[in-house]
Amino acid sequence: MHIDNSTVVLGIESSCDETAAAIVMGGNDVLSSVVSSQIDIHAKFGGVVPEVASRAHLELMQPVINEAIQLAGIGSERINAVATTVGPGLIGALLVGVSAGKAMAYGLGVPFIGVNHLEAHLYAALLEEPQLPFPAVVLLVSGGNTLLIHMTAPGEYSLLGATIDDAAGEAFDKIARFLDIGYPGGPAVDAAAQLGNPQSVEFPRAMLHDGLDFSFSGLKTSVINYVRKNPDVASQDIAASFQHAVVDVLVVKTLRAAQQVGAKSIVLGGGVAANSLLRSEMQRVGSGAGFHVALPSKAMCTDNAAMIASAGWYRLRDHGPSGLDTGAIPHLSLTGSTVRGNRGERK
Amino acid sequence: MNLFASSPIATREIAAVVASYLRLGDTVVLAGEMGAGKTLLAQGICAALGVTGPVTSPTFNLVHTYAGNDATVHHADLYRLKNRDEIADLALEEFSQQGDIVLIEWGDVGDDVIGEHLEIRIGLCEQDESRDIEIRAVGKRWELRWPLLVAATKLYARNDADWDDQ
Repeated sequence: MHIDNSTVVLGIESSCDETAAAIVMGGNDVLSSVVSSQIDIHAKFGGVVPEVASRAHLELMQPVINEAIQLAGIGSERINAVATTVGPGLIGALLVGVSAGKAMAYGLGVPFIGVNHLEAHLYAALLEEPQLPFPAVVLLVSGGNTLLIHMTAPGEYSLLGATIDDAAGEAFDKIARFLDIGYPGGPAVDAAAQLGNPQSVEFPRAMLHDGLDFSFSGLKTSVINYVRKNPDVASQDIAASFQHAVVDVLVVKTLRAAQQVGAKSIVLGGGVAANSLLRSEMQRVGSGAGFHVALPSKAMCTDNAAMIASAGWYRLRDHGPSGLDTGAIPHLSLTGSTVRGNRGERK
Repeated sequence: MNLFASSPIATREIAAVVASYLRLGDTVVLAGEMGAGKTLLAQGICAALGVTGPVTSPTFNLVHTYAGNDATVHHADLYRLKNRDEIADLALEEFSQQGDIVLIEWGDVGDDVIGEHLEIRIGLCEQDESRDIEIRAVGKRWELRWPLLVAATKLYARNDADWDDQ
């Protein structure tokens, strides 16, 4: 089939906590993007919704898809392809989206495209900035991932570095819980840090001068040990000092990666990309070193289905559709196994 | 049984001793407060089972799966879960029934929920680097191996103490 700027892709995402659906035209024109946590589920669908269970995805999937189609102002017959996250993620959660996506594609008689969730995060910046200068270094930093990726063009990337223990977002969440300053942890630390002195405690910056991998487990333990011994230090000062240490490491390593590969752009992605200090420091340091710095909006940084639809559009154009025998791949890696494209097999 | 680990390296070594007594289909609960070193224990067990590459915290992704020499290892984390139904959704029992090894951080949610298992509880000490480690077995599955594991860890602890004296 012919893929162009009028090709409409329905994107479906259910790999982790979010149930999401979106309609994207031509790879980067977002007609609608619905994420379950952003709508009032209790009011809309009633009942208590568990946060993580695949049962939640099952209950939310159809309403979220319907909402996305309705908000886009199109009829379902206008959908030209269905893109769905096939991994990585929990098998039970993934299967809800994969089954729904394949059923929709089969029912509408349109191609199905299996999408790698991590790969899709790399397209999030392109959604808001289609003319992003390549090559780019993407820092993908969330509760479950801390990755540095070299992206030479849409669909072409390699892994430069990753965390060897905790993801940065996990450290934020656990420190917020430990300091008892609120939930979710990322925004709570960010807010508390505004009121604190980032220079009050010198927490360790693990592996700062060493390669492109990250380690945040030692920092977490160090904060816990410090607070135990110094219970009177204000939690705002701890939060500010902790955040400063995390952001320092993230910015230094991203800059190092960008310089090493000769990148033109630095791109932030993932939930932690919403952190105000990370955004301002990356902008300041990155621009200062001559890089174009792309800071996607929070809605595009966190898990969403618009990026799935976008990645699906590029994959369909460059590699063709996936078979309807495509299954969920819980341990899909960014650069390892890819989703099988059966170009020409199905019309 | 109670053990003392003088350093993170000692913690990993104790985990490796435990790993050498694991059988296909075993479940190991890793308990202890935040920052105590549950992931470090998991890293030690995984390395001893032949997992290469980094073993990272599964807190947000809930389950990570690795290939060991002889077994598939599932590394789960119940920290974010709120009720027992959500634990069932992770299908950990199915993993152990198919002969995989299952490690569960924050898995001390009740012996009736997890079934037969080994529990390793790690606790912070006065000194930053050292840890108290308490190991107990739940269920008949461990009956025959338990005395062997106790003997092996005691032997390890004695060697570790000798080493520290030098």
